[in-house]
Amino acid sequence: MSASDTHAMRRGQGEMAPPSAIKLNINDQVRQLEVDPRTSLLDALREHLRLSGTKKGCDHGQCGACTVLINGRRVLSCLTLAVMHEDDEIMTIEGLGDPDHLHPMQRAFVECDGFQCGYCTPGQICSAVGMLAEVEAGWPSHVTADVSSPRVALTDDEIRERMSGNICRCAAYPNIVAAIRGSAEGGAT
Amino acid sequence: MRSFTYERATDTRAAVAAVARPGAKFISGGTNLLDLMKLDVEYPSHLVDISRLPLRDIEELPDGGLRIGAQARNSDVAADPRVRTRYPALSEALVSGASGQLRNKASTGGNLVQRTRCPYFYDTAADCNKRDPGSGCAAIGGFNRIHAILGASESCIATHPSDMAVAMTALDAEIELLRADGSARRVAITDFYRLPGDTPHIETVLGDDEMITGVLLPPPLPGRQVYRKVRDRASYEFALVSVAAVVSADRGTIREARVALGGVAHKPWRSVEAEDALTDRPATMDTYRAAAEAALRGAVGRGHNDFKIELAKRTLCRTLAQAAGASREPVSYPRPDQRAASGGTSQR
Repeated sequence: MSASDTHAMRRGQGEMAPPSAIKLNINDQVRQLEVDPRTSLLDALREHLRLSGTKKGCDHGQCGACTVLINGRRVLSCLTLAVMHEDDEIMTIEGLGDPDHLHPMQRAFVECDGFQCGYCTPGQICSAVGMLAEVEAGWPSHVTADVSSPRVALTDDEIRERMSGNICRCAAYPNIVAAIRGSAEGGAT
Repeated sequence: MRSFTYERATDTRAAVAAVARPGAKFISGGTNLLDLMKLDVEYPSHLVDISRLPLRDIEELPDGGLRIGAQARNSDVAADPRVRTRYPALSEALVSGASGQLRNKASTGGNLVQRTRCPYFYDTAADCNKRDPGSGCAAIGGFNRIHAILGASESCIATHPSDMAVAMTALDAEIELLRADGSARRVAITDFYRLPGDTPHIETVLGDDEMITGVLLPPPLPGRQVYRKVRDRASYEFALVSVAAVVSADRGTIREARVALGGVAHKPWRSVEAEDALTDRPATMDTYRAAAEAALRGAVGRGHNDFKIELAKRTLCRTLAQAAGASREPVSYPRPDQRAASGGTSQR
């Protein structure tokens, strides 16, 4: 980008973009909302739709607390715009399960005591669900000895590497790993 | 974040035309751009969302190479069976970068043009010629542990943060670009990036009215490919130094090699000097050391990053040994007295 572009951009500021009326498919429900184009998916979920299960940690893509599933894939809702996700299937922690019908991963976290304060937990659980689907699909990771091998053995090293985008400030990591391993093996107990 | 208007592109050429307007920018994965917009480092007045353009495929080329669409996600490229078996260094580089969540979003084209992680570039209160041309460089004389040792200038000592682009450089990739008038061109990845010189805000040869549509990988050289990354944490961290190497060895002699370094320069650093020092030489540690000395001959430290010169040499030796198939041979490094005679210098 040139310096003159930079100045042109600065001149272009000041006018507010009109709000966009969008439809988002969240937890199998179509929700209509009006958002400023700047609204992150995270803020749309929390502030517009009152789905506060998804947490805002750093808001810069470093902590993983805002992880949701979009079309089955784990992504950071703080680093994407709500207006970019019309036509997508968005799944948040509220859609995975509720206290009466826990998702197996949620149950595993409870049974393994995979948290202390719980703030990172929704992101950890959404990330873990997405991560196990990636393992199921045979995706390699940084600790996979041979990336050309089509199968992945879900060792603790693999779980830790694949979950490195989710920070737990209470450092409940050993129990988080146990919960994920338990869930992957089909039972947390 | 400053206000902007948004459009979702459905046609590739129309998208290129739309971005030519002043203040407009493409957005795809958004994982770098939106972060920079939150920090007021980037402030586009219009965003053209190209994430749904039909540029996601990874296709076989008639010559035995591969074409990776610019909108292919980093995780899809890393997991593609053809990439994993024929270009394993690319897969290794991709999975060594960022986190699972980010790789699911980040696009191939966006990864190529992501901005430096120099903390002064991010800090709008600091001088930065890249963010604010002419203001100066706070990294020179500042905390510069992560900064460049090769190809830097007195205007900018930032590094390019991509792992993917380092592997692509060792794999002789070409970048495919499209203009609004429909004309296309291909640029070798080494020519795509620019050194900082006195215009560090101009990072690539990409025009204001151009879009990256794909990356072309030629058929791989026979031989082993390795990507090795050295960093402050074992995961989810940028490289201090990384090396992508392809080594074609035959009965103990290196026939051909490709070497690229990451974390050391304003661009992925192809080392033809190291490649020349390897060609037709025995696959021994002495050869790797000579290649490492050749690669780092012009290296300049800035104080906190002086260690990177030695680290780059050692990482290069280790990676070459692995790529030449001698990964179990014990690796020994130059003794301090030998190091004193080697090329790198320190300039604070």
